[in-house]
Amino acid sequence: MRLLLIEDDADVAAYIAKGLGGSGHTVDLAHDGNHGLNLATTEQYGVMIIDRMLPGVDGLTIVKRVRAEGIHTPILILSALGEVDDRVEGLKAGADDYLTKPFAFSELDARLEVLQRRSAGGLAPDTVLKVGDLELDQLSRTASRSGSVIELQPREYRLLEYLMRHAGQVVTRTMLLEHVWDYHFDPQTNVIDVHISRLRSKVDKGYDRPLLHTVRGAGYMINENS
Amino acid sequence: MRTAELLRSTSFRLSLVYMILFAGSVLVLLGFIYWSTVGFMARQTDATIEAEITGLAEQYRVGGLGKLVNILQERVERDPDSSSVYLLASPTFKPLAGNIDSWPNVETGADGWITFEFKDARAGGRIFQARARPFVLTGGLHLLVGRDTRELRATQELIIRALVWGVALTLALAMAGSLIMSRSMLRRIERINQASREIMAGDLRRRIETTGSNDEFDQLAVSLNAMLDEIERLMDGIRHVTDNIAHDLRTPLTRLRNRLERLQADIDRDDPNIAHVERSIADADQLLATFGALLRIARIEAGGVKTSVENVDLAALVRDAAELYDAVAEEEQVRIDLQLESRPQLQGDRDLLFQAVINLLDNAIKYSPRGGQVLLRLGERNQHAVLKIADNGPGIPLEEREKVLQRFYRMDRSRSEQGSGLGLSLVAAVARMHNARLEFGDNHPGLIAEMHFNGAD
Repeated sequence: MRLLLIEDDADVAAYIAKGLGGSGHTVDLAHDGNHGLNLATTEQYGVMIIDRMLPGVDGLTIVKRVRAEGIHTPILILSALGEVDDRVEGLKAGADDYLTKPFAFSELDARLEVLQRRSAGGLAPDTVLKVGDLELDQLSRTASRSGSVIELQPREYRLLEYLMRHAGQVVTRTMLLEHVWDYHFDPQTNVIDVHISRLRSKVDKGYDRPLLHTVRGAGYMINENS
Repeated sequence: MRTAELLRSTSFRLSLVYMILFAGSVLVLLGFIYWSTVGFMARQTDATIEAEITGLAEQYRVGGLGKLVNILQERVERDPDSSSVYLLASPTFKPLAGNIDSWPNVETGADGWITFEFKDARAGGRIFQARARPFVLTGGLHLLVGRDTRELRATQELIIRALVWGVALTLALAMAGSLIMSRSMLRRIERINQASREIMAGDLRRRIETTGSNDEFDQLAVSLNAMLDEIERLMDGIRHVTDNIAHDLRTPLTRLRNRLERLQADIDRDDPNIAHVERSIADADQLLATFGALLRIARIEAGGVKTSVENVDLAALVRDAAELYDAVAEEEQVRIDLQLESRPQLQGDRDLLFQAVINLLDNAIKYSPRGGQVLLRLGERNQHAVLKIADNGPGIPLEEREKVLQRFYRMDRSRSEQGSGLGLSLVAAVARMHNARLEFGDNHPGLIAEMHFNGAD
């Protein structure tokens, strides 16, 4: 995927670009707002990563201008501010996701993947999601594996639904808190791990092939192949 | 101003002491006047009587009884009000001349004077008191010369009355004066107190007003204001440094963490060094979380986070928190007893409120014994929403309840536990931001944490 990265901190920019290159992406790098805005409105990208504080034109303004041009490319904002109101402002301006520095590279990677799939129409409105022999019926809100029904609490259903919508992609703990619980906060304990292990006991227990995997240092993934 | 408060005041007590001293000196002064007037008058009278007796005795020796009787009658006639008393009696005390009917039947005092009552026929038979000196003339005749003490007594009474009134008036004036003085002093002290309370309540920009008279109170106010300026400057400095630390250290820390992450990805899974790398990443995460929390508290306290205020359904938020922690609690064998008794709506920051509830709930579960129970109740008291979180853990001793709200404060026994020491500081900051009061109580055993929301309805 071709990505645009607008980041003024040369060290951080080089690091992210190198990491993204390692993940198989092509990265265009802009070190200031004007150059970035120029690239954003003239080139085609899969996802744009824009730092919020930039010399020249600031990040939010770039997002607004890009949207005003009618460009719907997914945008992820990076910010060192890390406050809730900043996030709200960023999303209001037209960004699709917001990531606070510092972040784990795996977190950025996972979010980019989700953004790209979303824009590529990866979220086909299938009523039934399938991963191997695991099925989730979004109309009846039921799950089953190999034909036998799995009893799920409402929150467990939403957790499984989010994981299955992003099957094959790494989903981080923060992403789960944001989308399944709808709160942005720092969990003190690994509350998510406990919920996942409960879900795992319902989904994988008694089956030869586990579907719900833990990705070390990153998060979780539901996938047919281990 | 309440009377009790006035009576307690130092200035009132001081003026009371002055009042007593003042009344005492007035008493001494009036006593001296009394002694020097009444005493002088009495001594003067006594001296006159003595002189008169000497004179009369001289007349008797020169002119005989007839001469003495004539003189006595003459003097009695010259004195129609009977202010003087005269009596000449035979050796057997039979009256011969004078203006009283009989020799008074009283013992003579050690000083040679007698005091007696007599009835004055000419003054309508009224009874008077007199002080007189008896004298024995040659030949055994008895002579009595005295003075009616009415006048002396009247003067005495006048002076005593003046004395009593003087003292009473002095006391009343001093009392009124001290009340007025204490009131004005207390008012100024109260103004200083009021300003201090407002400053303690968080209004650091508040200053104590001066009257411009440059008296002691003004000087005190000026010193306090200078001190407040210094405190504010220091606090601004701390806030600034905190922000800078968080910003400046977070960036290199992030790079450090990112490199460690790359290293982790590059190292072979079986390499024994992978454990060190993983632990280093965890340490970096811990540091970053601490900086994040510190920055967040600083921002909340500086009033910087106010734009995402929305209508928050507190009951739904508490239910979400309980549900999120349900699985963790179950693993710790702790039961969460969720009681939603009211559905208060609150203007506030949903995410920060959730964070505060989570921090309290997380602590409650962490410190609960196995098989314990954590009460999570949203109720109402005095028309305020109250969120109560109670556990059966070790609790917080009374003397540490204030301190646990300080940044980085950790009780000895929690030092070994994981955590930044910022959890409760963040709760306190969020509470302050939402005009809520955070209180700790004893659950016998365990801790009760309560958030009283004043602004909820």
